[in-house]
Amino acid sequence: MYAFNYHKPGSVVEAVALLGQNEDAKLVAGGQTLIPTLKQRLAMPGDVIDLSGISDLSGIREDGDGLVIGAMTRHADVVGSDIVRRRIPALAALAEHIGDRQVRNLGTLGGSIANNDPAADYPAGLLGLGATVTTDRRTLAADDFFIGLFETILEPTEVVVSVHFPVPERAAYAKFPNPASRYAVVGVFVAKTSTGVRVAVTGAGAGVFRETAMEQALSAQFAPDALAGITIDSAALNDDIHASRDYRAHLVTVMAKRAVAAAS
Amino acid sequence: MSVSVTLTVNGRSVTRSVEPRTLLVQMLREHLGLTGTHVGCDTSQCGACVVHLDGRSVKACTVFAVQADGASVTTIEGLAAADGTLHPMQAAFREHHALQCGFCTPGMVMSAIDLVKTNPAPTERDVRVGLEGNLCRCTGYHNIVKAVLAGAEAMRPPVVPAAE
Repeated sequence: MYAFNYHKPGSVVEAVALLGQNEDAKLVAGGQTLIPTLKQRLAMPGDVIDLSGISDLSGIREDGDGLVIGAMTRHADVVGSDIVRRRIPALAALAEHIGDRQVRNLGTLGGSIANNDPAADYPAGLLGLGATVTTDRRTLAADDFFIGLFETILEPTEVVVSVHFPVPERAAYAKFPNPASRYAVVGVFVAKTSTGVRVAVTGAGAGVFRETAMEQALSAQFAPDALAGITIDSAALNDDIHASRDYRAHLVTVMAKRAVAAAS
Repeated sequence: MSVSVTLTVNGRSVTRSVEPRTLLVQMLREHLGLTGTHVGCDTSQCGACVVHLDGRSVKACTVFAVQADGASVTTIEGLAAADGTLHPMQAAFREHHALQCGFCTPGMVMSAIDLVKTNPAPTERDVRVGLEGNLCRCTGYHNIVKAVLAGAEAMRPPVVPAAE
């Protein structure tokens, strides 16, 4: 990996300033994606800014009708959180199947969503639950946050602070993991919320997306059979050594049915 | 640019000047001579490099040493007692012959101890799932699972019978 300068700010304000001063700087949260990326020389940041010194970025708390989880909260802490298990068990279950135990001990919520890997799990959780992302300067609906392949609406110097997850009436996540990486070949998060049914799909396309035909069908009847007549158009789906686009289209329906069954 | 990193490694405070890109596993092996922590895949998949960072198992090939500054690190060398008595999990690995070539063993033992800490009485399935981040290229999983189950039992505090 190429050499870089290291910074460890003590506040979000300081981190934003460092991003402004160093044009090709990268933030490191848990490092579980950034470090492998640097090892492969797929990125060459002149400066790496470590967020682990900012203590108020970590933590889980109840907030009215939902949960607020800090950007630097490790996956393992979401898995083990009594609050998350009680209020949104589907989110704890999602976190429990990210990577492996050692990756979960370091990887963070903020790192996962800011990276927006097309096969990552958390983007489906945020989009499926209709979460809201708070940054150093604004709040963003999950529907607006994720743009496409490794792309979010975040500005170059913007830092994710926390995510607010509204508590759904019921929800579940079903994932078909790649057996080596544990990334989702296809993952589907289904939530029945006070404002309607939401179905978010990860792994299948260039980025996480909502499957509106399924949402409408499940709004009429929240049961796996309600999805039987829906055909997923495979034209825009991923096609690679792990799965063909037709196979992924098939998996979207299978995983959606499993998620609905688990949530029912 | 080099940075000063201070770690408590196996109970001993050490300070070294390293480059920011130095991985924790490099610092342990190359700067501190603790070669019990292995580098297998170097892509955070195989788990040969697992150590405990502030009590949690992590893949030391996917942590910068500087990220661990101020932290406590336990490696395989730090498990046995001062008189050489093996940790119960190490003893279970020996007893059940839970190794063939032995390359994955340090990481397996470190992951197994972390697993048992949060799940003191794991089932066979819990052990197999809990060790998903550790690969044994010899495919010697059967005895590894047996050893972890036995090690977990040995690590559990004895049940004190209720007073009559």
